[in-house]
Amino acid sequence: MDDFYKEYILDHYRNPRNFGRLDRPDAAAEDLNPLCGDRIRFELKVDDEGRVTDVRFSGRGCAISQASASMLSESIVGQKLEDIARMPKEKVLENVGIGISPARLKCATLGLKVLKSAALGEIASWPEEPA
Amino acid sequence: MIATRDLRTAAIARDFPLLFQPTSRGKRLVYLDSAATSQKPQCVIDALVHYYTHDNANIHRGVYELAQRATDEFERAREKVARFVNAAEPAEIIWTRNTTEAINLVSYSWGLGNLRPGDAILTSQLEHHSNLVPWQLLAAKTGAELRFIEVDEYGVHRLDDLEAKLEGAKLVALSHVSNTLGTIAPLATIVPLAHAAGAKVLVDGAQSAPHFRVDVRDLDLDFFAASGHKMCGPTGIGFLYGKRALLEAMPPFLTGGDMIKSVEYTSTTFNELPWKFEAGTSDVAGAIGLGAAVDYLEAVGMDWVREHERRLTAYALERLATLVPRGLHIYGPQNRDQRSSVVSFNLADIHAHDVASILDTEGICVRAGHHCTMPLMEKMGWPATARASFYLYNSEEDVEALIGGLEKAAGIFKV
Repeated sequence: MDDFYKEYILDHYRNPRNFGRLDRPDAAAEDLNPLCGDRIRFELKVDDEGRVTDVRFSGRGCAISQASASMLSESIVGQKLEDIARMPKEKVLENVGIGISPARLKCATLGLKVLKSAALGEIASWPEEPA
Repeated sequence: MIATRDLRTAAIARDFPLLFQPTSRGKRLVYLDSAATSQKPQCVIDALVHYYTHDNANIHRGVYELAQRATDEFERAREKVARFVNAAEPAEIIWTRNTTEAINLVSYSWGLGNLRPGDAILTSQLEHHSNLVPWQLLAAKTGAELRFIEVDEYGVHRLDDLEAKLEGAKLVALSHVSNTLGTIAPLATIVPLAHAAGAKVLVDGAQSAPHFRVDVRDLDLDFFAASGHKMCGPTGIGFLYGKRALLEAMPPFLTGGDMIKSVEYTSTTFNELPWKFEAGTSDVAGAIGLGAAVDYLEAVGMDWVREHERRLTAYALERLATLVPRGLHIYGPQNRDQRSSVVSFNLADIHAHDVASILDTEGICVRAGHHCTMPLMEKMGWPATARASFYLYNSEEDVEALIGGLEKAAGIFKV
């Protein structure tokens, strides 16, 4: 866990990518981690083939939740909503690096949960839970 | 003199075996989360083991010697708790699972029968969800109005408009000590005014009973609730104190076995106090464990506990102040007499969860988040805070560990 707060995590925390709101998004979702009150919103622009053309996220929370959402936002333009809806949690865990404690797992996966909710059009379950 | 106190603290800490269990990283455990739950002294652990090894039987039922022994121990624990809070008699102590259940008992049993549209329930902006949500529901069910004593930026109660707020109030429900900020409620001022306005007073003592002497009769409280697990006792046991006349007039909360005097197929005569409110088999071992915890605290001395925590909290605030240039914000009352042993803070722009995770790597246990006081956090504009809370077994060495951990966090986040 000492190694967890790597330079790039702090960079994404202090300078989040794709942070903000979209004008008239095609898909959006917002959720919070009731344990800590971390809150994330994802907004997407989607083309006729169901591919993401633009993304913004907003919210507040710990370095892990915000950096995880920021990194996730960098990798989804061009992806299809149906693929996003099936994205495994390993995707974000790879992004944030290894060594996250079970207590903080939800911080790392909150962004993915919200993004999947936006893609599905309904609230997605926590990524670590069996579907 | 200080050295004597340090020796006493070290001797007390040795009563708590868990404190000597190093973390998986081989660090000394620095437990600063007693406001969430306290550690347990060996004598409480032994009382549980002794009960299950030698005295286990169901209470108030068996005619055999073993059952009588279990019943006697269970009722003796009630006497200890009654004495601990200075109740007039043991029958005024009702066993519950915890503070939350005790408050719900009052809300359902007293509240539903005594509140009407036009009445008011007065609480404060500091409350833990356990002393807020039951009153929101009660207000919704009865048509009563829920009002709040406001707090200032330090979390201190503003009493200038108290008499206006008490107009029409039937119940004043306050936490004795704020679990988030450590604010000690000015009960000596509020309770007489509340009574003069015709209100009953319920005090959530989850954060006071463990830390200083509470005299329910001196404070003239109508109800007082507390949890065993925060005061060196086991989880699963807590209690409600209520004045006999009030408890007598209240209907049972839960119903079933043990709370009855006689039952026919279509009607029931309820048991006497306190058993009227204790349906089903109680947490017998838990009650006995809590009795042992009360014995332990009284042997140490609640005045000693308060003085120890007052000094240690003052020391912590002094040491934490050295981190203010690095962006440390300390919340809560400035006046140390208004503060219990809880210190909430944030370090620069580092989220409290990140602070807590980094402290965890150093073996330091603090709470981070909203502390079950979401409306207060929203009012203050804090997304979360980290909270260190001290108890009788904590020392200046623990405070130094906290300072070291915070310096590490500041280093990692370059603040």
